[in-house]
Amino acid sequence: MSASTQTPKRSPGSVTWARRRNAVAQFWREFVQHRAGLTGLIFLIAIGLIAALAPIIAPSHLLDVTQLLDQPKFAPPSLEHPLGTDHQGRQLWVRMVWGAQVSLMVGVAATLMSMLIGTLVGIAAGHFTGWVGGLLMRIIDFFLVLPSLILAIVLSAVLSRGVLTIIIAIGVTSWAGTARVVRSQTLTVESRDYIARARALGAGHWHIIIKHLLPGVMPLVLANTTLTVGAAIIAESTLSFLGLGDATQQSWGTILKNAMDISAATSGYWWYVVIPGLAIVLVVLAFTLMGRAVESILNPTLRSR
Amino acid sequence: MSSSVPPSTSAISTEANAEEPQRDSSFLRYISTKLGGAALSLVMVVILGFFLFRILPGDPVAAIARERQMTPEQVQLLRESYGLDKSLGEQFIDYIVNVFTLNFGESYVYSQSVSSLIADYFWPTVLLTGTAAILAIILGLWLGTRAGWKRNSRFDKFVSSSSLVFWSVPTFWLALILLMIFGGTLRWFPTGGMVSLDAPSDPLGYSLDVISHMVLPVITMTAVIYAQYLMVMRSSIIEEATADYATTARAKGLKEDQILNKHVVPNALLPTVTLVFMHIGGLIAGAVTVEAVFSWPGLGKLTFEAITGPDLPLLQGTFVVFSAIIIVMNFLADLIYRRLDPRVRRA
Repeated sequence: MSASTQTPKRSPGSVTWARRRNAVAQFWREFVQHRAGLTGLIFLIAIGLIAALAPIIAPSHLLDVTQLLDQPKFAPPSLEHPLGTDHQGRQLWVRMVWGAQVSLMVGVAATLMSMLIGTLVGIAAGHFTGWVGGLLMRIIDFFLVLPSLILAIVLSAVLSRGVLTIIIAIGVTSWAGTARVVRSQTLTVESRDYIARARALGAGHWHIIIKHLLPGVMPLVLANTTLTVGAAIIAESTLSFLGLGDATQQSWGTILKNAMDISAATSGYWWYVVIPGLAIVLVVLAFTLMGRAVESILNPTLRSR
Repeated sequence: MSSSVPPSTSAISTEANAEEPQRDSSFLRYISTKLGGAALSLVMVVILGFFLFRILPGDPVAAIARERQMTPEQVQLLRESYGLDKSLGEQFIDYIVNVFTLNFGESYVYSQSVSSLIADYFWPTVLLTGTAAILAIILGLWLGTRAGWKRNSRFDKFVSSSSLVFWSVPTFWLALILLMIFGGTLRWFPTGGMVSLDAPSDPLGYSLDVISHMVLPVITMTAVIYAQYLMVMRSSIIEEATADYATTARAKGLKEDQILNKHVVPNALLPTVTLVFMHIGGLIAGAVTVEAVFSWPGLGKLTFEAITGPDLPLLQGTFVVFSAIIIVMNFLADLIYRRLDPRVRRA
């Protein structure tokens, strides 16, 4: 039933890509139907634009404490200071705009790292039988059990402080869930006839993994990615809040750490606590809504729920 | 922070089919396999604890020296006191011996042995997380059952969406908000610690004082975790409600309440209980920030202080202890699962 015999002019490759383009178009048509998922996407695009345009919207001299000596400290939100000011007279909205950059960047980068490790280990654990698969499964289980936050804390405490350290700390501690899901999906794909056919035709491990297994697990990884970004953003804010971030970089977690250090919560500086946290909640919620929409499209058994 | 597993509705279906059934294994064999796995994980934690703190590019002594003024002699002395002047092999043997004798060295910040610190701070954490876990389980399972049984009702929609929101809330931020409203503005509850300085000495007054300190941290932790339990219970109720036996029960003429309580709930509890135990890790990790915000004298606050120190022996100690607790909890989850699920018991 291979398509290339019916339409001799087209190569198998172009048929594959035409099919994939169709699948993407179909996916998009269904995604647009999901009101919650679409709302999340639009919100995230807006936040992403704000973060990307940070240098234009909020020139960095607005963060220079030495130029802000005449500004009031702890000014509540007003027309002049839309989101209030912090303990050094900086406008909170300026810090929020720059913080969006770091929070989103770390969240996305850590997720990509986590997905890469999770997909590779998961496919290998499912594809290779014998001791290799067994050993990988053990390692996955071990990381699944280990509290990722505690491990991330230890990693960022022993490595030098910085955004890259935070990304690595979240990335290498959060991949196990993905690996497990990818492994079981790999096992399912592996039992299909076309894999046996490919093997009979002499396909090697590499060919089977790249050409057959990877496309087979990709939809699942995609759904997982959107859900994981939210968790990674929370992890970033938690690590920064614990003082493991780069103190010179703005991130929503760092702002909350500053707020806690000067006991803003018990001193009545409510905007200093409420606004950064609300931003985190909204962004994470947007990623979660999007992820659930993607998941429900790609996993038809969930559709009725 | 919540556990790293998102509240995915497919959590159960994707995790369940991984294990192949083993036909002729007895109870003893099951236990020994699981015990072996747990023991292996413990060994891996201990080894990881060594390498994390020694081989990574960040030299622990350099990390300490970075934060304060130190002469080269002092650095050298510090190096010797940690045994860092010995070869890696010798260090590893020292470390293994120390772990088995529960000797994690001297805390840099407290100038006290790490194991005695951990022993002092252990029970407050158990009290806090234990209370929060019990409340979250009751609340999550109860609301999840009702939401799943009346799927798509207004109650279900409200409960499901509120749990999604709670899942998106960073634990420490919820703690700060509660602290601000009920500790700062309304002054209903104390803002930190476990016992007031002027706490009454009689048992009742003392307990009441501790409870008043517990209210806010417990609410924070419960609010963040119950959402996960709710989502899992809800989706497994939905799955079981459409199963054949439920239809049979309905055909027999059982009342809806009987079908739910006698047939659906016991089956739906199965995957949920395992997941509840598996998520204990996330719960304990959440304790770090909650205890930091409310200065609750537990292992989480100890970890927080070890970070700000930086106090690497202390951090190493809390890392190993936290991981050990979680591995033991997971082992218990396996045992409970076997007890609850006759299919695993028979296999």
